[in-house]
Amino acid sequence: MSSAVVDFDDALAAFDPVLGLEVHVELNTASKMFCGCSTAFGAEPNTHTCPVCLGLPGSLPVVNAKAIESAIRIGLALNCKIADWCRFARKNYFYPDMTKDFQISQYDEPIAFDGWVDIDVDGETFRIEIERAHMEEDAGKLLHLGGTTGRIGDAEYSLLDYNRAGTPLIEIVTKTISGTGAKAPQVAKAYVSFLRDLMLSLGVSDARMEQASLRCDANVSLMPKDTTKLGLRTETKNVNSLRSVERALHHEICRQAAVLSSGGLVQQETRHWHEDGGYTTPGRLKSDAEDYRYFPEPDLVPVAPSREWVEELRATLPELPNLRKLRLQGDWGFTDLELQDVVNAGALDVIGATVAAGASPQTARKWWLTELARRANEAGVELFELAITPAQVAEVQGLVDAGTVNDKLARQVIEGVLAGEGTPAEVVARRNLAVVSDSGELAAAVDRAIAANPDVAIRIRDGHLQAAGTLIGAVMKEMRGQADAAAVRDLVLAKLA
Amino acid sequence: MALTPADVARLGELARVRLTEEELVHLAPQLDVILASVARVAEVAGADVPPTSHALPLTNVFREDVVTESLAADAVLAGAPSVEDGRFRVPRILGEEA
Amino acid sequence: MSGLLRAGAAELAGRIATGEVSAREVTAAHLDQIAGVDDRIKAFLYVDGTRALAAADAVDAKRAAGEELGPLAGVPLAMKDIFTMKGAPTTCGSRILEGWVPPYNSTITDKLLAAGVVVLGKTNMDEFAMGSSTENSGFFTTHNPWDNSKIPGGSGGGSAAALASFEAPLAIGTDTGGSIRQPASVTGTVGVKPTYGATSRYGVVAMASSLDTPGPCARTVLDAALLHQVIAGWDPRDATSINAPVPDVVAAARHADVAGMKIGVVREFGGDGYAPGVEQRFAEALAVLEGLGAEVVEVSCPHFDYALGAYYLIMPSEVSSNLARFDAMRYGLRVGDDGVNSVEEVMNLTRGAGFGAEAKRRIIIGTYALSSGYYDAYYGSAQKVRTLITRDFDAAFAQVDVLVSPTTPTTAFTIGERADDPLAMYKADLCTIPSNLAGNCAASIPCGLADGLPVGFQVMAPALADDRLYRVGAALEAELTSRWGGGLLDQLAESPSGAYLNVGGVR
Repeated sequence: MSSAVVDFDDALAAFDPVLGLEVHVELNTASKMFCGCSTAFGAEPNTHTCPVCLGLPGSLPVVNAKAIESAIRIGLALNCKIADWCRFARKNYFYPDMTKDFQISQYDEPIAFDGWVDIDVDGETFRIEIERAHMEEDAGKLLHLGGTTGRIGDAEYSLLDYNRAGTPLIEIVTKTISGTGAKAPQVAKAYVSFLRDLMLSLGVSDARMEQASLRCDANVSLMPKDTTKLGLRTETKNVNSLRSVERALHHEICRQAAVLSSGGLVQQETRHWHEDGGYTTPGRLKSDAEDYRYFPEPDLVPVAPSREWVEELRATLPELPNLRKLRLQGDWGFTDLELQDVVNAGALDVIGATVAAGASPQTARKWWLTELARRANEAGVELFELAITPAQVAEVQGLVDAGTVNDKLARQVIEGVLAGEGTPAEVVARRNLAVVSDSGELAAAVDRAIAANPDVAIRIRDGHLQAAGTLIGAVMKEMRGQADAAAVRDLVLAKLA
Repeated sequence: MALTPADVARLGELARVRLTEEELVHLAPQLDVILASVARVAEVAGADVPPTSHALPLTNVFREDVVTESLAADAVLAGAPSVEDGRFRVPRILGEEA
Repeated sequence: MSGLLRAGAAELAGRIATGEVSAREVTAAHLDQIAGVDDRIKAFLYVDGTRALAAADAVDAKRAAGEELGPLAGVPLAMKDIFTMKGAPTTCGSRILEGWVPPYNSTITDKLLAAGVVVLGKTNMDEFAMGSSTENSGFFTTHNPWDNSKIPGGSGGGSAAALASFEAPLAIGTDTGGSIRQPASVTGTVGVKPTYGATSRYGVVAMASSLDTPGPCARTVLDAALLHQVIAGWDPRDATSINAPVPDVVAAARHADVAGMKIGVVREFGGDGYAPGVEQRFAEALAVLEGLGAEVVEVSCPHFDYALGAYYLIMPSEVSSNLARFDAMRYGLRVGDDGVNSVEEVMNLTRGAGFGAEAKRRIIIGTYALSSGYYDAYYGSAQKVRTLITRDFDAAFAQVDVLVSPTTPTTAFTIGERADDPLAMYKADLCTIPSNLAGNCAASIPCGLADGLPVGFQVMAPALADDRLYRVGAALEAELTSRWGGGLLDQLAESPSGAYLNVGGVR
């Protein structure tokens, strides 16, 4: 199923990747873009529909004020200009999930345009220019049945649920992104991750890729190093997680390089990403280029946000990510390198939440960047997707600070929480992980260790204090780690030194 | 700029309207005549004339973000040519999702 | 019974309110008339006698309970089959929607029902409002009551024919390029296109969204005004709806005084292509208005010559988009679903089978006009001409209070005469189209007969000045009625050619 690929480094030696990212954000308004139907997730099929979102003959759209507000706030947060006057437009094409067989969108008059964001990857800052952010409505949901894959390709028929039809979307389109070199896949991932964080901080969307409230279509082409001529690009869809953004682009770069290196031409087409297999496959070739016949939406009047209103909305923006990062660095006392690691790991939010729950910045950083990062990597998920909350991480650290567990036991507590065994306190109880604090029991264990290792005991008596390590090790082993090593050392030395 | 039956057929496909051979032959010259007569508008449509998309100068017509009652599912599905599992059933789709 | 049929809406409402006659009697009389003559006229696609009588009974019950009735309570109405009404099929004259029963009411339907108006049924129309003769209906052709071999006008020929055959005293229609006014003109009835946005389009199946205007139809100017009052008003469900008070059209219809008004005759509407009889009746009507104290001047609106061209680019473009939803997926006709055909094929086959020739013509033109590469030359240019036409109107209305012209260049042509000549058909809308493009209001008032067929006099007024239409229309009507000893339709009712209508002998 997968095509030939060349090694990534080889690809980058010969070509410069040029990216273009289109991200759709599903807004969290209570009602739909053009009607009052609820946008709440999970309802029975076709129970959140009305003449308007069903596109019944005679129905008319009316714009949701909150959606305009969110669009403007998103535009401002992306450093865009906000249009004085803009219109909706009809994008005409036939597809069963479009109830009107046209989508109300925006064409040459987006509400926000010409913005930028700065993305940090491994200490390097990339300025991504934003072409536009515009408003549009979502389509219904298709189920493809009768085949074996559940995909459109071998289906015998399809079923439609229009609950989602008409949900407000903001489409954010970057200008072409070049000069990222080998970091292209990471830049793309970091950009999408940044947008996700931004949407959450603005409070305009749940921004969950796995629920499709944040969607990414990744475009990439390769420019041969000795030219300035842009190559033909592919658009990759079905990129459903941050990891997929990076992996899919990585793969596409390698695949396109293979095509070009063998003298072939890259087809300008849409490709479908397969996360399991780690490859892309071509979509159906369209018989003729889609002509959307855009024209201004006659059922809606222009949107002309006053400058006063725009400034009012600007004042409602939360602290934007770049500024927030700098402030947190100051608050937490991290070095530039330490902050870099945090940002690269996508751990800024979770560390922030852990600190807010009572842990010190350094311990929070330690847990998220070591133990938890390792586990996230193994599971193939993002930090925020792990089954442990920042508050729980703070709780674990609290147990360490209180001496209830030591560092090593704390890792077992985390393991337990991730496995769904309960809260940190519950895991400690269940697995009986608490450090033994009964000094009598400890003393008895120390005596046993001394008795079992007489020659070691003699050496300690002679002043070779480092030999205590063996006895400490023996005690810890007997206690199955559930002892405070420092306390054991004190006891050993007290008895022998 | 004469429209041939092939042009008309292509436009028919774009508009998802299947036209018979007879219709194609009949339509092409009719459309040509109409298009020729309407093309006159370009004569007066100078670059300095702004287009009008709406008769009235209304702007900023919005509704509050309030949930209102939806139709009951059976009313929604009532006129459907084919229904399965509370959803509209449609024939297999050739084209990729946009 | 003839008395009930010959009476206008205002009179019927009054007699129902006093209890002199019951709403049920009135509705029953009209249902009987439909049963009696509609085989010949074929104005109705659907009649629901049971529902109508129940609605009439409800009005009677209200009156018996001493509750106040609205000004049109109990008056029967014929509804163009483009308005949705729950529980009644809406076809828009098209096979592609045959059998569709909407799950919701249009705003205007709600207003009519709330006013106690009794909807008798849905009237025939050119498919999706595209046409000037009702010959494009996917079901059958409607016949002009004055001469059954003639067209009743279009697209709202059914509504106009229902009025002219005394099947109903009121009707509603939509006017996109003249679809209320031109049928009114050729049937001797009154038809009004209100200011765009004055009447809600919610629940009115869209043809050309920036041009469609629902409006009142009746046999007299006062009746039309009463109906206008009921159906007009801001609707939050229509974003293009005007949020302003409805001008007092009823008072204007009763005022009916044109002394001191300045009336502008549009120079571009006349001459070649206009039937001599039409021009003569028009000139005579002008003389009447002058005699009543109005000042008549000639005004030039040079860009009106381009209106037809602009219209036949803008309208099909919007049509091609508005009609895309008829794709066999959620309602309406589905053809070719044999378990093998793809959805694309089923859409193609359904739309090929379900749409008539005129609809296909306009869909293709519109698809072409919006295509990449052609937008600027066609749709884009047409939108500019719209600006120029609006400016012509603005300049003219700076000089005069209303503009006038014949409503349409000829009287009713014969069924079949223009069916194969689209351009000839389109010319029926020459005088009516500019008002749709600019969005101002206009009306057609009967002003006489030419060769035994009605001629219509068009009055145009600035946007939001709908009252002027009724003022001028009522003045003209009053004077002509006085001279004729009755309305134009009274002549039909009393003539041998109108004997089949069985409404003669009442005076």
